[in-house]
Amino acid sequence: MSIEILMPALSPTMEEGTLAKWNIKEGDTVESGDVIAEIETDKATMEVEAVEEGTVAKLLVEEGAENVKVNAVIAILAEEGEDVSAAAAAPSAPVAEAAPVEAAPAIDERPAMMQTNVASLADPDIPAGTSFTSTTVRDALRDAMAEEMRRDDTVFVMGEEVAEYQGAYKVTRELLQEFGPKRVVDTPITEHGFAGLGVGAAFNGLKPIVEFMTFNFAMQAIDHIINSAAKTLYMSGGQMGCPIVFRGPNSAASRVGAQHSQDYSSWYGNVPGLKVVAPYDAADAKGLLKAAIRDPNPVVFLEHELIYGESFDVPDLDDYVLPLGKAKVRREGTDVTITAHSRMVGFALEAAETLAGQGISAEVIDLRTIRPLDTDTVVQSVMKTNRLVTVEEGWGRMGVGAEIAAVVTKDAFDYLDAPPVRVHQEDVPLPYAGNLEALSLPNTDDIVRAVKEVCYVG
Amino acid sequence: MPAKRTAAKGASKEQMLQYYRDMLLMRRFEEKAGQLYGMGLIAGFCHLYIGQEAVVVGVQAALEEGDQVITGYRDHAHMLACGMDANGVMAELTGREGGYSRGKGGSMHMFSREKNFYGGHGIVGAQVALGTGLGFANWYKDNGKVSVAYFGDGAANQGQVYESFNMAKLWNLPVIYVIENNQYAMGTAVKRASSETELHKRGISFGIPGEAVDGMDVEAVRKAADKAAKHARSGKGPYILEMKTYRYRGHSMSDPAKYRSREEVDEVRSHHDPIDMVKEKILEKKWASEDELKAMDKEVKAIVNESAEFAKTSPEPDPSELYTDVLVEV
Repeated sequence: MSIEILMPALSPTMEEGTLAKWNIKEGDTVESGDVIAEIETDKATMEVEAVEEGTVAKLLVEEGAENVKVNAVIAILAEEGEDVSAAAAAPSAPVAEAAPVEAAPAIDERPAMMQTNVASLADPDIPAGTSFTSTTVRDALRDAMAEEMRRDDTVFVMGEEVAEYQGAYKVTRELLQEFGPKRVVDTPITEHGFAGLGVGAAFNGLKPIVEFMTFNFAMQAIDHIINSAAKTLYMSGGQMGCPIVFRGPNSAASRVGAQHSQDYSSWYGNVPGLKVVAPYDAADAKGLLKAAIRDPNPVVFLEHELIYGESFDVPDLDDYVLPLGKAKVRREGTDVTITAHSRMVGFALEAAETLAGQGISAEVIDLRTIRPLDTDTVVQSVMKTNRLVTVEEGWGRMGVGAEIAAVVTKDAFDYLDAPPVRVHQEDVPLPYAGNLEALSLPNTDDIVRAVKEVCYVG
Repeated sequence: MPAKRTAAKGASKEQMLQYYRDMLLMRRFEEKAGQLYGMGLIAGFCHLYIGQEAVVVGVQAALEEGDQVITGYRDHAHMLACGMDANGVMAELTGREGGYSRGKGGSMHMFSREKNFYGGHGIVGAQVALGTGLGFANWYKDNGKVSVAYFGDGAANQGQVYESFNMAKLWNLPVIYVIENNQYAMGTAVKRASSETELHKRGISFGIPGEAVDGMDVEAVRKAADKAAKHARSGKGPYILEMKTYRYRGHSMSDPAKYRSREEVDEVRSHHDPIDMVKEKILEKKWASEDELKAMDKEVKAIVNESAEFAKTSPEPDPSELYTDVLVEV
């Protein structure tokens, strides 16, 4: 069998090229690896190496020939033992074609977002007579970790100051005493490194909880959160699951300036392959963190420093686990729907109380998870109230509220009596000065004002 | 590069024949991949391993069942070394259903849980932190396994490499760091990018032992990897091996490699080729005849040709695959 040498594509975009030079002539023997020609592509001059061995039977393209199409036969080799002149005379076989690209699925078959089936999710029943204990969000998070670490010895927590210092914000208090230094691991200040190490450990069978002292520092680690944790399952055809939780305080604390005060909800909410959770009260903090630790996927768990110390009732149940991906209607109402997550839920509830005194009935939806985003619950609510105000602590552009407004506008367009309004941080880095910081962040009054705007009440 | 020499003493006949065959398979596989790229059947980025075969073959020979391997994007040979099927690797290169990632990963992103190959990573240096995490899990589980994180001289300048070194030694994790110093980070020679060009010394400030190895000599690689694996497995922590090696082809398929001379490449190819060196020793010791080696070459070529055929004929993934594997369903 004679061997055809084809004009190679030497860059991702090359369609044709110039055969600048032959380094072989008819009758030469070539071995794989020999440079046989130089070809000018659209980018550079490249050397072409032989892949097969044999004797050059015929050169079909002259040196200097321009516009030689990729995959055109440029030379014929005779294999060892083959008659060279017969090989030269052999008609060339048709060139193998790359497989045609199949048509993409029709547009209406495409899910707008990878979504779990929200309708099937529900909070667990709390049996009648269950007692409740007033617990801080901080301790509820700690209890969630401790319970999961007792339940599964592949769960461990690592981060800066999580062990001997008992947590920079005391969220990991007393875990070291119970679980020891192998499962409560103080790391050096090395976010990029320990986030990557955590992902590698998750690939290899562990369930790490990686604490960032704040999510602002996770910017150093965001490559591993997104490129390594979120994308690998897909890139591996489903082989490499990554059960890991990245958790820590998110958003503004108090007077710590722009670099320590960012809300990353919409950043991580943008990434397929991640789940993103942002709880408000202590019961949700506990139930959702337990769910996050058990989830086989990477979960970004956004806490809030300014609610760590707030106390809420937590049901005294042995194993209180909430579903990821299900919003919660915190207050029912009929005139307007307010969506919020994390600390902003408290502000939205305050605003609803104020509005009730003014004759406006607001429904408050706590999103709880940002990805998957339970837009079904929001759309259902807007179909009832006909008005929407979204609230988030982060910047508004490309934000969580923007996403919700887009979905509601599409799915409940005919129900809307006013354009949705977004409440969010001002479009500036968070200032340090007390008065400017207060002006920059959304508050209860902003929400009241926005509700009146969509209700056309002066 | 020192003057022409033959392979160091040590390996048995069976080992040498196996090294020869393994390296030859990698070389022929990569040549075929280059050819399929030229035909437009492989797209995007494609980084060939030609010239560096002794590194991965020598290191793999020192590993035990269950040890993990992770590397960057020049990864085809690492997968073959781990025992992954040539058909599945080639079909991933062509983006087909029969590929290891069912066509969704491509040249730089392939994995096999079964063969303990953890990728295939496209972000330079990411595999070092990830590989340290593989080692952390071994340490946590106390299972006696070691992880091997391969990276290049280019990745050796990434910050996360040193974050990883620090933690690996701090906790004495069983990790072998193999720096494949092929002398060029894309087009930048080591001395133009590294203030300390002896990369095996990069662990000194962390207390990690390191040594330079002739990465063109499979027996020297094996010997050094044995030592490193023994060190890591015994609880002494990480070990750094700097493999002095050379890639014959460009950084990727579209790199004309004008930053070095043809003479430089030819010098290595003619006098320090890892496969030729092993072949010479086999013939000299009369462990096999020219004809027997030729038969082996033929056998390897058949495997590679079959993989190319499979990679051409395996169908493209079903359009429904677009939406699978984003999340593990709960």
